[in-house]
Amino acid sequence: MTQDNNNLIVYCEWDEDHVADVSLELLTKGRVLADKLGVKLEAIVAGHNLGEVEKELAPYGADVVYKVDDARLAPYTTNPHAALLINLFRQIKPQICLMGATTIGRDLGPRVSSCLHSGLTADCTALEIGDHTDPKTGKSYTDLLYQIRPAFGGNIVATIVNPECRPQMATVREGVMKKEIYNPDHKAEVINLKADDFVKPEDYVVEIIDRHIEQSKINIKNSPIIVAGGYGVGSKEGFDQIFKLAGVLGGEVGATRAAVDAGWVEHARQIGQTGTTVRPKLYIACGISGQIQHIAGMQESSIIISINNDPNAPINTIADYVITGNVEDIVPKLIKYYKKNSK
Amino acid sequence: MSLNIIVLAKQVPDTRNVGKDAMKEDGTINRAALPAIFNPEDLNALEQALRLKDANPGSTVTMLTMGLPRASEIIREAIYRGADGGVVLTDRALGGADTLATSYSLAQAVKKMEGYDIILGGRQAIDGDTAQVGPQIAEKLGIPQVTYAEEILDCKDGYVIVKRRLEHGVETVKAPLPCVVTVTGSADECRPRNAQRVCKFKYAASPTEKLALSEEAAKHADERCPGIIQEWNAAFVEADPEQIGFPGSPTKVKAIENVVFTAKESRRLENNDEQIEELVKELIANHTIG
Repeated sequence: MTQDNNNLIVYCEWDEDHVADVSLELLTKGRVLADKLGVKLEAIVAGHNLGEVEKELAPYGADVVYKVDDARLAPYTTNPHAALLINLFRQIKPQICLMGATTIGRDLGPRVSSCLHSGLTADCTALEIGDHTDPKTGKSYTDLLYQIRPAFGGNIVATIVNPECRPQMATVREGVMKKEIYNPDHKAEVINLKADDFVKPEDYVVEIIDRHIEQSKINIKNSPIIVAGGYGVGSKEGFDQIFKLAGVLGGEVGATRAAVDAGWVEHARQIGQTGTTVRPKLYIACGISGQIQHIAGMQESSIIISINNDPNAPINTIADYVITGNVEDIVPKLIKYYKKNSK
Repeated sequence: MSLNIIVLAKQVPDTRNVGKDAMKEDGTINRAALPAIFNPEDLNALEQALRLKDANPGSTVTMLTMGLPRASEIIREAIYRGADGGVVLTDRALGGADTLATSYSLAQAVKKMEGYDIILGGRQAIDGDTAQVGPQIAEKLGIPQVTYAEEILDCKDGYVIVKRRLEHGVETVKAPLPCVVTVTGSADECRPRNAQRVCKFKYAASPTEKLALSEEAAKHADERCPGIIQEWNAAFVEADPEQIGFPGSPTKVKAIENVVFTAKESRRLENNDEQIEELVKELIANHTIG
């Protein structure tokens, strides 16, 4: 095994029989960053019945795939996966480690970073390579990972760096980065690792008694049309019209954090930094003022219509169409004229 | 079995309701314009702790927070709801800490406490949304963690059974005590203040707060609820100065920017039938809808 390889590694989540989308998105981003740094892109997958997972990972640009196939590693529990990464990273010393900001990545990342005393930045929305000069010591650093994330409830954006500690660790939510095939014929070197070389028996400490995993019926990420409601919708009942419009248009209902926190719709519909990132063909924002944390999750929509009684709502600046008025007046009109004009 | 329960909590600015006056003209945050609140998910954690206490007579719930001296406010709030007391870990040397330096400091404070069986906390705080401190404390203490907990189903024979809320379902796990459990906002809400407890503990004050009290009120504080809100500093918890605050934080903030999105040229429509029908026709014609 290469010592002190200084590469970029992506922790890839194994979901029973496939790699999670977020991991492939991170490989896509990781490929770009690794090229900029002139290093290899590595992937680690831990789970059971991994098959030829390298064939799934290589087209996204992975040069090296570490495979750890062991029944005790699936489903995921914290300590065995943490021990695996901690002990592997001590050997191969990657400079960057990326993970999905999922219930797995957000459970695993902090545990690993705490043990290795490396910095970890959660829920990044952009990752770049750049230089840094410490304002206090004047010491310069080249080619650091800029970990860019909204902070303070999404009201500001902070660029975080880890000047001294390695690996520089970051998590990114699903859908934030784009998943793109790098080269369908790209080949990866496979390195099979034995779990027992990294994980002690006492690490298998938490026992899974029961799992009910079902794919959510709500799929806003892939819906081409999203009708989203914010606090301006006013009530749970107010969302009935939003659902009606989404229904006739064949779209999905989305919501802001404020509307979800108010209990008007389920969390699976939340769009933004702490929810899902979406890129639909059409985004109709109803009663959404446009807090940064929300806009960050929908600004790449092709066409944005904003319906708001505040003509100066921040979201209007990024909208293609702005209708000033009450949501409860305008949404029924959209339904009426859609029914009248569609075939 | 009686349990020593620690609840980690944070006093946070209410970032969910950031109005226009909360941002200064230069794009920085006017913290003074934001109310300081009990981090919402820490209240969910407190409820789980109080249920454990109810089910296991003789148990104690001790709050632990790190922050400014005024964070004693959330400890008193927790006491009104059923907690037994708490500690504010406060020291200028702890300022500027990232999650790693924070979790080290809190782990040192936990070690100072008189044993513990379970440590509960919110999944994440709304001013950072990182969800890192809970797992990092577990690692520093060398104990297991259970994150995204929605309900503690059982706690006996040295184990805790926890229902976790994941992206696409639920998982039930069994973890040995002691362990750290972080609770999500989908868990049951915290019980409200108990009127009798409010009467009993309204004089509970931290050492800093006592300085500002009248002589009479300070006497009440000493007589009725002595020492239930404590203040500890970095030296007291034997924290290594190299590992706390700004110097102990591997991550550094390089830049903070006000967010500016690329403005588009918007078409403004009136709220009238003609213009709305026109828009719908246009969207149908260019195959955006229909």
